[in-house]
Amino acid sequence: MASESIDPPPGWGVAPPAIELRDVWAGYNSHAALEGVTFSIERGCLAGLVGPNGSGKSTLLKVILGMHRPWRGDVHIFGQPIQRSRLTLGYMPQLELVDWSFPVTVFEVVMMGRYGRLGPLRRPGRRDREIAQQCLEQVGLADLARRQIGELSGGQQRRVLIARTLAQEPSVLLLDEPFTGVDATGEHDLLHLFNELRAQGKTLLVSTHDLSCVAGSFDHAVCLNRKVIAFGEPRTILTEEVLNATFERHLLLLNVEGKVIAIHE
Amino acid sequence: MSDLLFDPWASPFMVRALLALLMVSLVCAVVGSFVVVRGMAFIGEGLAHASFGGVAVAFALGGSIYLGAAVGAVLTALAIGFVSRRAGLKFDTVIGIMFVGAFALGILVMSRQQGYVVDLTSFVFGNVLGVDRGDLVLIAAIGTVVLVLVAAFYKELLFTSYDPTMAAASGLPVAIVQYGLLGLLALTIVIAVKAVGIVLLVAMLVTPAATAQLLVQRLHLMMAVGAVVGVLSSLIGLYLSYHADLSTSAAVVLTATCFFLLAFLFSPRHGLLWPRRPLLGGAPEVG
Repeated sequence: MASESIDPPPGWGVAPPAIELRDVWAGYNSHAALEGVTFSIERGCLAGLVGPNGSGKSTLLKVILGMHRPWRGDVHIFGQPIQRSRLTLGYMPQLELVDWSFPVTVFEVVMMGRYGRLGPLRRPGRRDREIAQQCLEQVGLADLARRQIGELSGGQQRRVLIARTLAQEPSVLLLDEPFTGVDATGEHDLLHLFNELRAQGKTLLVSTHDLSCVAGSFDHAVCLNRKVIAFGEPRTILTEEVLNATFERHLLLLNVEGKVIAIHE
Repeated sequence: MSDLLFDPWASPFMVRALLALLMVSLVCAVVGSFVVVRGMAFIGEGLAHASFGGVAVAFALGGSIYLGAAVGAVLTALAIGFVSRRAGLKFDTVIGIMFVGAFALGILVMSRQQGYVVDLTSFVFGNVLGVDRGDLVLIAAIGTVVLVLVAAFYKELLFTSYDPTMAAASGLPVAIVQYGLLGLLALTIVIAVKAVGIVLLVAMLVTPAATAQLLVQRLHLMMAVGAVVGVLSSLIGLYLSYHADLSTSAAVVLTATCFFLLAFLFSPRHGLLWPRRPLLGGAPEVG
């Protein structure tokens, strides 16, 4: 399926990381949303981007995508500047930003994932339709291809957006809050899909509030609160101290018989 | 009966009116579908009124009124985009300021002109029965340009309308597409002004397309069904105005309004007269 994917360019010896940020500052007007963010994520990692609302998670994803120009700092994808990495990156925006009453079918939405590769004046061809169909099958929605998107349940709508991201044939996927409002079964299905994608060699950076999920199933975590509070293996870095610094008063930590329980406000 | 059907077409001006209305309703259904799904009805209304400023200035200078209308609408569209971006004001506030300003400019210029009262009312209320050969050629030319551009950039227009964030992330030039759509809207307004006038114009853009949205679930089908609604409204409206001596543009618009009300009552998915369907209630598939 990923035959058209752009592979990372060959380096001299050590392969460059999939995502690398060095001292990135960014914001809106004069208000800083990101202050000196530095971290890197290796190829084939499932990484969680953890932080409260307003911590700069969405801004960070937009900076990586090249949609928001940072004040200073460098972003590299497989060692290349982001201007040359657009087709390597796949993106899934937050669910609330999508107009569900719009007159399009599930299949048409997934097909939009192909548009970035087509360029102006070119129409999607047979191969684009095949890829869109495969992506729908991968998220288990092939039966609903001809439905208007508003007719789907919340969990199905999310899978449509993931299928659209997959149709971009990215090597790196940036997903903004894919777990919000998903029940336990839906979360399990999503994690299963993420693991499948990781097994295919794709790199995923997933912004989320869901700490237990990151702690249980992710390779890496970036704890963000305008600055990077901690970064590394979830088991090592998700300590009480780090979580307090990340979530400040948005999170209560209880220490019960040696186990730390996190309670969201 | 056949007299009722065929009498109107004995007069050449009625045939020209019919041709003009058919072309205008086709273009309006296509561009109007974007207006409806993007929630641009107010800016459509605004640009229609703003074109009057350009018309008045063109009158005073003795230039082409079509060109005046186009320049007025395009300049206002650009000004709305620019000012709302720079001043940080809400889009609809800036539309309100700009279009009434441009309209007032039109009134100001007209108040200094003698003997143009008839032309003024024809622009405000439309004068489709006065369409001449040159008008028809112009409507056909501009209409063709608009339809060809929509067809050529359909996927960009669809993507940026549905999900501008994702479109930008995919590398589409969202701002350029949006200005381009405003340009297409301005051109559509220029040809529709002659047919239905400034005041009723927004109905030609919005009503057939909105009627179609109640009936079908894909954007290009919405355009097709909207065109059918617009064409039928034009035809029925022309008959009504011929036989009952009514204002043509008002008859056309009210016929379209009736089609909308029928769809509102009987639409299989949204109709007022049917029980609400559950979210996944097996609604009929389209396309």
